[in-house]
Amino acid sequence: MSITSGLTPVITRDWATPDLFTLAGYQRTGGYSALRTALASDPASIITLVKDSGLRGRGGAGFPTGLKWSFVPQGGNTPRYLVVNADESEPGACKDIPLMLIDPHLLVEGVLIASHAIRAGHAFIYIRGEVPEAVRRVAGAVREARAAGLIGRNILGSGVDIEVTVHAGAGAYICGEETALLDSLEGYRGQPRLKPPFPAVAGLYAAPTVINNVETLANVPLIVANGVTWFRGFGTEQSPGFKLFAVSGHVTRPGIYEAPFGVTMRELLDYAGGMRRGSRLKFWIPGGCSVPMLTPDHLDVPLTYENLQAVGTMMGTGTPMLFDHTTSVVKAVARWLSFYEHESCGKCTPCREGTAWVADILHGFEQGRGERQQLTLLNDVCSQIAGRSFCALGDAAATPYPAAVHHFPAEFHAATETPVDVTFDPMLTTVFAAAGRR
Amino acid sequence: MTALASGPAGPSAGEPEALVTAVIDDVAVRVPVNTLIIRAAELLGTWIPRFCDHPLLDPVAACRQCLVQIDGMPKPQPACAIGLTDGMVVRTQATSAVAAEAQAGVMEFLLINHPLDCPVCDKGGECPLQNQAMSSGRPTSRFTEPKRTFPKPLALSSQVLLDRERCVSCARCTRFSDQIAGDPFIDLLERGSAQQVGIGDGVPFDSYFSGNTIQICPVGALTSTSYRFRSRPFDLVSTPTVCEHCAAGCALRTDLRRGQVMRRLAWEDPAVNEEWNCDKGRFAFTYISHERITEPLIRDREGVLQRASWSEAIAHAARLLAPALEHGRSAVLTGGRLTWEDACAYGRFARTVLGTDDVDFRNRPASAAEAEFLRSHVAAAPLGPTYDEICEAPLVMVVATDLEDECPILLLRLRAAVRRGSTQVAEISPVATGAQRKLSATRVNATAGQEGAVLAALNAFPAGTVIILGERAATVPGLFEAVGARIAAGARVAWLPRRAGERGALAAGLLPGLLPGGRPLLDPAARAEVGRAWGVDPSLLPTAPGRDAAGITEAAAAGELDALIVAGVDTRDAPDPHALRAALAGAGVLISLEQRHTEVTAQADVVLPVAAVTEKAGTFLDFEGRARPFPAADRQSGALTDARVLALLADEIGRPMGAQTVAAVRAEQVGLGRWQAGSATRSAPPPRAGRPAAVTGAQDAGRLRLATWHTLLDAGVLQRPEPGLAGTQRPAVVRLAAATATRLNLTAGSPCTVRTEHGAITLPLVITEMDEATVWLPTNSPGSAVRTALRAAHGDEVTVEAGHAPVVSS
Ligand SMILES: Cc1cc2nc3c(=O)[nH]c(=O)nc-3n(C[C@H](O)[C@H](O)[C@H](O)COP(=O)(O)O)c2cc1C
Ligand code: SF4
Ligand code: SF4
Ligand code: SF4
Ligand code: FES
Repeated sequence: MSITSGLTPVITRDWATPDLFTLAGYQRTGGYSALRTALASDPASIITLVKDSGLRGRGGAGFPTGLKWSFVPQGGNTPRYLVVNADESEPGACKDIPLMLIDPHLLVEGVLIASHAIRAGHAFIYIRGEVPEAVRRVAGAVREARAAGLIGRNILGSGVDIEVTVHAGAGAYICGEETALLDSLEGYRGQPRLKPPFPAVAGLYAAPTVINNVETLANVPLIVANGVTWFRGFGTEQSPGFKLFAVSGHVTRPGIYEAPFGVTMRELLDYAGGMRRGSRLKFWIPGGCSVPMLTPDHLDVPLTYENLQAVGTMMGTGTPMLFDHTTSVVKAVARWLSFYEHESCGKCTPCREGTAWVADILHGFEQGRGERQQLTLLNDVCSQIAGRSFCALGDAAATPYPAAVHHFPAEFHAATETPVDVTFDPMLTTVFAAAGRR
Repeated sequence: MTALASGPAGPSAGEPEALVTAVIDDVAVRVPVNTLIIRAAELLGTWIPRFCDHPLLDPVAACRQCLVQIDGMPKPQPACAIGLTDGMVVRTQATSAVAAEAQAGVMEFLLINHPLDCPVCDKGGECPLQNQAMSSGRPTSRFTEPKRTFPKPLALSSQVLLDRERCVSCARCTRFSDQIAGDPFIDLLERGSAQQVGIGDGVPFDSYFSGNTIQICPVGALTSTSYRFRSRPFDLVSTPTVCEHCAAGCALRTDLRRGQVMRRLAWEDPAVNEEWNCDKGRFAFTYISHERITEPLIRDREGVLQRASWSEAIAHAARLLAPALEHGRSAVLTGGRLTWEDACAYGRFARTVLGTDDVDFRNRPASAAEAEFLRSHVAAAPLGPTYDEICEAPLVMVVATDLEDECPILLLRLRAAVRRGSTQVAEISPVATGAQRKLSATRVNATAGQEGAVLAALNAFPAGTVIILGERAATVPGLFEAVGARIAAGARVAWLPRRAGERGALAAGLLPGLLPGGRPLLDPAARAEVGRAWGVDPSLLPTAPGRDAAGITEAAAAGELDALIVAGVDTRDAPDPHALRAALAGAGVLISLEQRHTEVTAQADVVLPVAAVTEKAGTFLDFEGRARPFPAADRQSGALTDARVLALLADEIGRPMGAQTVAAVRAEQVGLGRWQAGSATRSAPPPRAGRPAAVTGAQDAGRLRLATWHTLLDAGVLQRPEPGLAGTQRPAVVRLAAATATRLNLTAGSPCTVRTEHGAITLPLVITEMDEATVWLPTNSPGSAVRTALRAAHGDEVTVEAGHAPVVSS
């Protein structure tokens, strides 16, 4: 029977251990034993194991990890690479960076097992450069692991050689898109690459490459250690396992709540202590700002890939943001569009021109200068971006407005006359308001 | 048809490409697998709108203008990046509302921030954005916000300007510069709606190919300083022409307004220049309308040139030539710029009117060994090796030429071939060059002048190897023997002269001992054929091979020539300009056929003005031997071709040679055809010129061998006046290997003097990966007139020392 609810600390089991980030601390909790198991097994069998586990990528797209690994051509002596996507920059997403700060060796162990599985001799960890603490933590863990013979030549006497390089990005959301990340890692300006060829065939330095999210790889040692049946004991058939749900917004205790897939937002909100004192949930977004918003009516939807899709949204990064009645949805959407406008890489026309246009119009609404016919125009423009752009950033940028206007048309109508700061006192929506008022 | 590359090496020749059947707009097409949708639709007559797509560039799918619907795919897909597979069902805007809406949406996005510049924009009237906005756009704008602006224009170089708000970020210019030219000096900078094309700090877009970006820019974002704001497309009269500069033979389009050349564009010829040309071919045309000689001139008793009527001038010239005609003591010197038809007329004039075989087109360092090679291997050769053949050769061995400077389009063709893996290039050269880098070529080191010995010593070449042999081979001892041995072993040779008219002059027989079509002067059958074509008794043709350029120069200077006819000769091109000046002064009578005033016209007794390349029809033979005929772009000028002027003179002298119209000369030559080898009784090779043998062993520290060639953009007379182009010249420098500089105590950037007994050149030193016994100088750049100052040629010995003269950059 699958566990589909209840807090389930698996990845986070030992996060209270103060020195977990050190090699000694990590090994005390059993760390690196899965690596020994993996090194003793045939790489192909690890791929099969991960395939059978049903693990899906935690970077946003939910692609089956084992399947991705199996695309890497295994013949010959050509170099192969593993690249870790640790660029976590999506507004609302805050799970990979805490993981790297608290438990960097779990990531390193996952990286080594995955590298072994796809026979990659070199792994690169691309970390969001704005968080130097995370870069230092992971670099420190890599250093310790290398000193302990866990990285480098002939790891633990197994005959397997794996090098690990930590690389800091330089401040671009688009560099989290996997092919833009590869360009950035190669020293070029980060813009997505034309596919095919897919990275599994020609990725980093034109060599076969797997790109995985931090949380995805953190699951790998656990699967190797405990097996498929154990893993599939959590979650659902299509969404097996557990997830770091990073809950943020107007809740009493924002934070990471680890639970099996299938848990509901209502339960997570409970763990987070409910909405902050005196406030009412207005809308929420299940995974970063790139997926459509939901309302309190959806609190009982099980958080699985399949159930979220059924209600017209997506799992995304699985990091719910909750907003209370003090929030202007117009202002929120305008903010997100400012983000996309700023982060659009400029390569393709719909995203380069469209996000700037949408953001401009929304700022008009924010200031009470919106015009009614612009509501249709905004829908048109968003539909001219969605599905037409080069990469998923454009699609994401076209997401917030249509859902917002669908759920809250009256608020947009009001913004044709009254600036939103008049209707919604901006002070009331801040964190200080919760502490300071009433 | 462009198909997606199928891997590192394309489908090898002979292997049939798999065909697939797909359906576009309900019509079945059968095309090679992976044919791009956008190309296949063209075959059906459907134009899918596009901006970033270009058949010669790798797809980027960035503009999204070409979106189409593909069955089974949830989103519209870019037709420029997706290859057809078997059974694929595609709907374009013609049959799919989704595709049409997607395209209209992208068009709206492209226009919202586009300035309303059309009335003042150079591209207006020939602009893909204008045209496609009409076909795919909405009639009114829904954009009410302020438009994006940038300060304008931004100078990417002295030649290319950028108006950023017009740019649609298609990356054609940047991909061209990176992929085709190998000059990634421009790139897209910034992100989002601030994205723009730009250059690096202090690194301008000084590419020899920069003009192509202006032509392929689908909007008016890139303009040239020479054409900006000068004309509208609908006021231009366009003629397909051929470039008169180098031997690449580029197809061009010449645009005139009221008889003035406004601009030139690269025109399409898949067998030759594809769709590209170099900046010299594009921008070096202002000389045509600058300070031309428009009337015949006669030197009066006071020694001053006076204007004269044509009949007066021709009669005067005929009178002056009378003594020379009597003794046959006359000669003809031409530069390398004549059309083939004009060259034919000079050849016939020399042999049938002047009665001399003293003719040579090589106003440059030359040798008897070269002449013999040209006579026996090139003059009568059929077409080839062609560009396409060279690009498929297993090995291309480049000797004695720098392709980027001396035949830029061959460089681009070869670079494309190397990129798709169809050939490999090696070069025997004393210097590591940009051309080698762009071709990923292996450099085989040779001290300047030792290229022959190095070529002889290399291992056997793979079957099908092509050797490209440049102009400076002429002064390299032993090189033609080494090449001859390679030819005997199966290699093919492409002789790569530097100028557009050289191959035609050779075919016309402007070399002593050579009649048209590669016919040996002394072969009775050849004489009979030529006699019949020219309507003269073969016995009246010269009976002994005449002098070459060096011999003519010497003879004239010694007062042994009664008359010298000179056409298109720049004294500074001569191996020894001082000697040529002496020859001009020493000739009994000097007749000059010229377009502009030169050192020759300054000394001439009669100056007869002739048509520039735009004012006449004609033909250049490119280095392949391919005829590149072109019509007159300017039919109104009234200027006479060299051939017509010679015909008038011949008539006046009483030894007529027909009207010598372009049509007449072509008919005469086509009737004659090429000399069929085999019937050849080749004249015995003349003794080899006694150039110094290769030097070996210890020498003075400062005694080095000179490597030198003309850079593409230099002090050449046809490049002026055009300040924009001149601004992209590479500065003249001295190049030495690091070890040589250290040995001579010279430091990078400091003045360095190269000296011969005749003079010295001082320029800043640049340390270069190169041969340690060689020093390099540009042959004819500002501050580096090697022939005038040093009277030296490639391979000659020079002295190198620290320079004391202040380095003047001019
Ligand atoms: C604009 C954009 C930003 C992204 N940023 C991230 C990121 O920061 N971290 C991440 O893991 N994936 C990010 N992704 C998703 C990656 O492209 C990719 O799908 C993921 O790294 C694959 O790893 P997974 O299969 O383990 O999920 C981003 C995608 C887009 C389009
Ligand atoms: S959608 Fe286009 S412009 Fe936007 S980030 Fe992706 S490639 Fe760049
Ligand atoms: S300058 Fe022209 S060619 Fe270059 S990216 Fe802009 S629109 Fe394209
Ligand atoms: S490559 Fe040669 S033929 Fe072509 S444009 Fe340049 S100079 Fe003219
Ligand atoms: S032409 Fe196809 S995306 Fe630009």
